[in-house]
Amino acid sequence: MSILVNKNTRVLTQGITGATGQFHTRACRDYGTQMVGGVVPGKGGTDFEGIPIFDTVERARTATGANATVIYVPPPFAADAILEAAAAGVELIICITEGIPVLDMVKVKRYLKDSKSRLIGPNCPGVITPGECKIGIMPGYIHKPGKVGVISRSGTLTYEAVHQLSQLGIGQSTCVGIGGDPIIGTNQIDVLELFNKDAGTDAVIFIGEIGGTAEEEAAAFIKQNFRKPVVAFIAGQTAPKGRRMGHAGAIISGGHGGAADKIAALKAAGISVAMSPAELGVTMKAALDGRKN
Amino acid sequence: MNIHEFQAKQVLGRFGVPVPKGQAASTPDEAAAAFRALGQPKAVIKAQIHAGGRGKAGGVKLIGADDEARDFAARLLGKPLVTHQTGPEGRVVRRVYLEEASQVARELYLGMVVDRKAAAVAVIASTEGGMEIEEVAAKTPEKILTEPIDPLIGMAPFQARKIAFALGLKDKQVGQFATLLAALNRAFVETDASLIEINPLVVTADGRVICLDAKISFDDNGLFRHPEIRELRDPNEEDPAETEAAKYDLSYVHLDGNIGCMVNGAGLAMATMDIVKYYGAEPANFLDVGGGANAQKIAAAFRILLSDSRVKAVLINVFGGIMQCDVLARGVVDAAREVKLSIPLVVRMEGTNVKEGKQILAESGIKVIAANDMADAARRVVESIGK
Repeated sequence: MSILVNKNTRVLTQGITGATGQFHTRACRDYGTQMVGGVVPGKGGTDFEGIPIFDTVERARTATGANATVIYVPPPFAADAILEAAAAGVELIICITEGIPVLDMVKVKRYLKDSKSRLIGPNCPGVITPGECKIGIMPGYIHKPGKVGVISRSGTLTYEAVHQLSQLGIGQSTCVGIGGDPIIGTNQIDVLELFNKDAGTDAVIFIGEIGGTAEEEAAAFIKQNFRKPVVAFIAGQTAPKGRRMGHAGAIISGGHGGAADKIAALKAAGISVAMSPAELGVTMKAALDGRKN
Repeated sequence: MNIHEFQAKQVLGRFGVPVPKGQAASTPDEAAAAFRALGQPKAVIKAQIHAGGRGKAGGVKLIGADDEARDFAARLLGKPLVTHQTGPEGRVVRRVYLEEASQVARELYLGMVVDRKAAAVAVIASTEGGMEIEEVAAKTPEKILTEPIDPLIGMAPFQARKIAFALGLKDKQVGQFATLLAALNRAFVETDASLIEINPLVVTADGRVICLDAKISFDDNGLFRHPEIRELRDPNEEDPAETEAAKYDLSYVHLDGNIGCMVNGAGLAMATMDIVKYYGAEPANFLDVGGGANAQKIAAAFRILLSDSRVKAVLINVFGGIMQCDVLARGVVDAAREVKLSIPLVVRMEGTNVKEGKQILAESGIKVIAANDMADAARRVVESIGK
């Protein structure tokens, strides 16, 4: 079992003819994901290496029965691409694009309130259920099928955590990169709810970072509702106030968003917090071993 | 991106937000001329730097003659002003701003910000004007009103009235405030601002509501559609290394330690800073080279890291997913030769083509300390500076 994506997920690529879209559509197809179509306005009727291209998401969905889409279109057009996918009724929208204006996302988020579509991202690596379906830019080969769920605001730091798990023989159920922007479609609590219900997930790795108060809220949620072991790490313990650390959302401002508060909240919720990013894997191993005994 | 107070007031003025009449000056003579041009008996002269706390630091003065404007400007211009927000080195004042003096009856606080939790722009208002809003929020949260604005409806008049009454405004001031807030909201949305802070918003002795101070920050991701806002960037207010990094699409933030860090990905870059600290040293910077770094970018990153004379060792931590380790290794070798690297270099690579990458480094003849994993890398780089 898994969450969000599996071997039956049928995926469109919006922006399939751009360099990024081509590279990752190929990599996802090679991993085994069902890449069933692409969308590029004006290029409908052509194809990318045998994958049919459509002018609109609506046509692509009707023709292919796609239930997921991944967006690589550039920042000025990305919000529109998300709206188009939602209007076409695509169930799962994964937006990889980094650099979308935050006020565009304010509108998108408002629109999605009345929609059945779920948005993951933007500014995220995507979602992978190892061995079944990879949607996004993560390197597939570091993953291993298993029962640990991964939630993260970061890309490469997630790969680091996954790599540590796989090296220790611990596989993953699904890894979800929720994105590093201040406004994202699906937050930590949404993913925790899915993992809580998933029989295929025994434990969760939770990777947060400075900025906002989502980690504190997730900690409260875990304490109240979550019945599986959680191991956490918060990046940015050494980040100064008021400076943006790469990700648009990674900034300590207005007295909120510091790592110390987040770590304290997680610990207070009974979560094992790895103080070094190199100890995520071993901390999870200890949590899983402790559970068996 | 941040701008100066006088620029913020120009931007707000364009949207019809009431601000005092004023003029910027970059020499003492210009300051004197600006005073005369205002044609008022009294004016306020203010140092223009990207930091708050200027009043307490002696950067603001009420004056009544052009000689006073000249003297004050001569004393401030070209010299650093130290406020509680600048750090001990202060910021060099390159401009002063003169504006008509206002008779203040009440000081209020008005802010607009992107509220992450509400996923909306929110108005923040308080009767405690002139204070640090963070302090007010911590000590007397009941004195702060937050009102999120629906992005599809916009600022509704009832919301503006609600805030006006909460601020204790009455009679004509309520309508004035509602007009001001609507204009402020338009300015926020139409310039892709991320923060507008009016502290204080004042009610004058003759009953007008105006913005006495103004601070605007813009969403960097929205700048592509506002060339007129991009023009307002003041490179003097930015770290030169950060400006240089931006040219190469590198994300760099200067810090105070001595371990230079080069990493791909923002989260991993922060985690790398953290692990350096965990093993007892201090990171000199945050540096994210991004997903698709090529040899040219790596070389630029090296130059930027080494331009900080405090850097005593360099730690490269790359998890190659899209970025291939052999490409990275070639970039590192070229850059190390180009800059004649003379300080310890620790490299930790993982991911695509890692074997080839390690081989390239080993055969290059460059002194590289190879690390097996993140912890090993941090330990070795801390050892290399003799800690």
